[in-house]
Amino acid sequence: MDEFLQSLIRGLGTGSIYSLLALGFVIIYKSTQVISFAQPAFMLAGAVLVSYLAPAVSFFGAVLVAAVVIAVLALGVERTVLRPMVGKPVFVVAIITIGVDVVVRVVTNAFIGLDVRQVGDPWGLTTVTFLGAEVQQRYLVMIGTTAVVTVALFLFFRYSRIGLAMRAVAYDQEVALAQGISVGSVFALSWALAGGLAALAGVFVATGAGVDQQLWIVALKALPAIILGGLESLGGAVVGGLAVGIVESLFGTYQNDFAPWLGPNFALVAPYALMLLVLLVRPYGLFGKREVERL
Amino acid sequence: MKGRPELYTSYAQDMAFLNTRPKRVSVSALVVLALLIPFLITDDLLQLLATGFVAAIGAIGLNIVTGYAGQVSLGHAFFLAIGAYTGAALSGSETGRVIGFGITSLPIWLLASGLVAAFFGVLVAPVAVRLRGLYLAIVTLGLVFLGEHVFREWTSLTGGPGVGRPAAIPELFGVRLDRDNAVFTAAQQLYLVMFVLLVIFGVLARNLVRSRVGRAFAAVRDRDLAASVIGVDLTKYKVLAFAVSSFYAGVAGALLFVVNGFFDPGSFNLLLSVQYIAMVLIGGAGTISGAIMGALFITLLPRITRELPAVLPFISGDATGAITVFQLEAVLYGVLIIVFLIVEPRGLFGIWVRVRNYWRTWPFSY
Repeated sequence: MDEFLQSLIRGLGTGSIYSLLALGFVIIYKSTQVISFAQPAFMLAGAVLVSYLAPAVSFFGAVLVAAVVIAVLALGVERTVLRPMVGKPVFVVAIITIGVDVVVRVVTNAFIGLDVRQVGDPWGLTTVTFLGAEVQQRYLVMIGTTAVVTVALFLFFRYSRIGLAMRAVAYDQEVALAQGISVGSVFALSWALAGGLAALAGVFVATGAGVDQQLWIVALKALPAIILGGLESLGGAVVGGLAVGIVESLFGTYQNDFAPWLGPNFALVAPYALMLLVLLVRPYGLFGKREVERL
Repeated sequence: MKGRPELYTSYAQDMAFLNTRPKRVSVSALVVLALLIPFLITDDLLQLLATGFVAAIGAIGLNIVTGYAGQVSLGHAFFLAIGAYTGAALSGSETGRVIGFGITSLPIWLLASGLVAAFFGVLVAPVAVRLRGLYLAIVTLGLVFLGEHVFREWTSLTGGPGVGRPAAIPELFGVRLDRDNAVFTAAQQLYLVMFVLLVIFGVLARNLVRSRVGRAFAAVRDRDLAASVIGVDLTKYKVLAFAVSSFYAGVAGALLFVVNGFFDPGSFNLLLSVQYIAMVLIGGAGTISGAIMGALFITLLPRITRELPAVLPFISGDATGAITVFQLEAVLYGVLIIVFLIVEPRGLFGIWVRVRNYWRTWPFSY
């Protein structure tokens, strides 16, 4: 039972990282109808930035600065690279974001070098006893932070003027324009939000093991999460992220006992298998809306 | 009616394979040039070009499903891998480490690789039929990850990560193409074989896309709902597009590592898929010649950047220094994709069309 609880909390912890990333994907998707493949690079850049800033301005200060800097970076990318492509086919724009990802990542890698950089987080690998099970502190912090961020985001979209404007743009761009909403700044803001969330997620991934050049792969696990939840659903992104984290963690713990024929490390690709299964049954994800098509 | 290149007196003439005289002349000239090249340049460049031709076959395949039928696939690396391992296992010899069946005849294992990959394409297609746009892109991306896992673990087939296994053995009519013989060097033989295969598969693809099937693909791409209303069977044509594309990927995969002779399961990652997408987009989506240009361009790119340190002294040729060639090469991929998509969405093919149209009306081109 302890083993199960440990595994579950580890899953929820990594799952909340995926949720943060998935929220970024969904926010961009909802406003611009594009999946930004640049998220992994922003995540990596955020973690690297914290690893450089932490000695100077303390870990928490560094996280705050990094989130803001990456948000500004993402905003800049949107302005320069994505804005000329408004109205072009979404697939083309998505591929452009792959290009952005490659460029940002190569530049970031130059700052990482061949070593593993530490982000200087206060938790490390220390454990606490939680409900009778030994769990790592950092997972509890991840779950807590993600919960706070998610609630804040929901309140932002529900009550704030800008949040409502963003929802209006997601619903219908032309009508939103007619209401006097600046669609351009909504696009920019959604990229900035996604960049900030990615930076935060990057820091969490880097706690414990540190930052190396392979860190960005983690961000791709948010893709099955958004597909599971449905591309248009913020709630779906959170649920999808947590589901992916739990599935991965449970497979990591139990797969050797129950299904050894899947090979070691199947846990790493289990989210993709889960995604395929869910999509066979529900092609628009669990919470996505079925498109009504007209000619 | 001689000397009036734009005048067509019948539909068949308009739809002909090479419908204008300049096209006939220039394509023949290109073919002759390509056949002469092996006797003019060094072996390492020939090997690079041979790899480029193989990549072109793969890019044509991706172009059929993505450029013509409009089904975005990031899973091309998966189908390349299936082709590569089918070819290698069929033609390889059984050792204690990896399996092999010793059928070294090139046409046999090439066809088998294509067919096995096409079979997997048909298996994947039902998911694709239900999904649209970016959902499909992400699902095919998942395929690459699942494939990577299987190939990493199935060591009796793949040799395992970091170790790998020998690539398929090319033997045609009893002649080992990867060994020098009295007449040709290995590089010359491989170059010629790859070129002939590219011509064959290029012509086949061109014929497919200008037929009824190709028009159905284009209809599905432009508006699938409208296509189904005018009587295009969506399921049938999407499955067909995936099958043909995977067949091409399988063929290309089987040949891809023949030049190097050895490969490892780590090669078939997301980056490979992105490279093929880049080939199609930089070359020009929805054109066969564009796919070939894009594939050659992307294959030759590392070679070109490697020459750069001699010209631009601030770029360092080894792994030290502020800007290294390796970083530059990786960045160039990204930058080229971005620049091409923003500035010239029709890719190299679009540039060629503009140049052609300029000179066609020269000196009155404005």
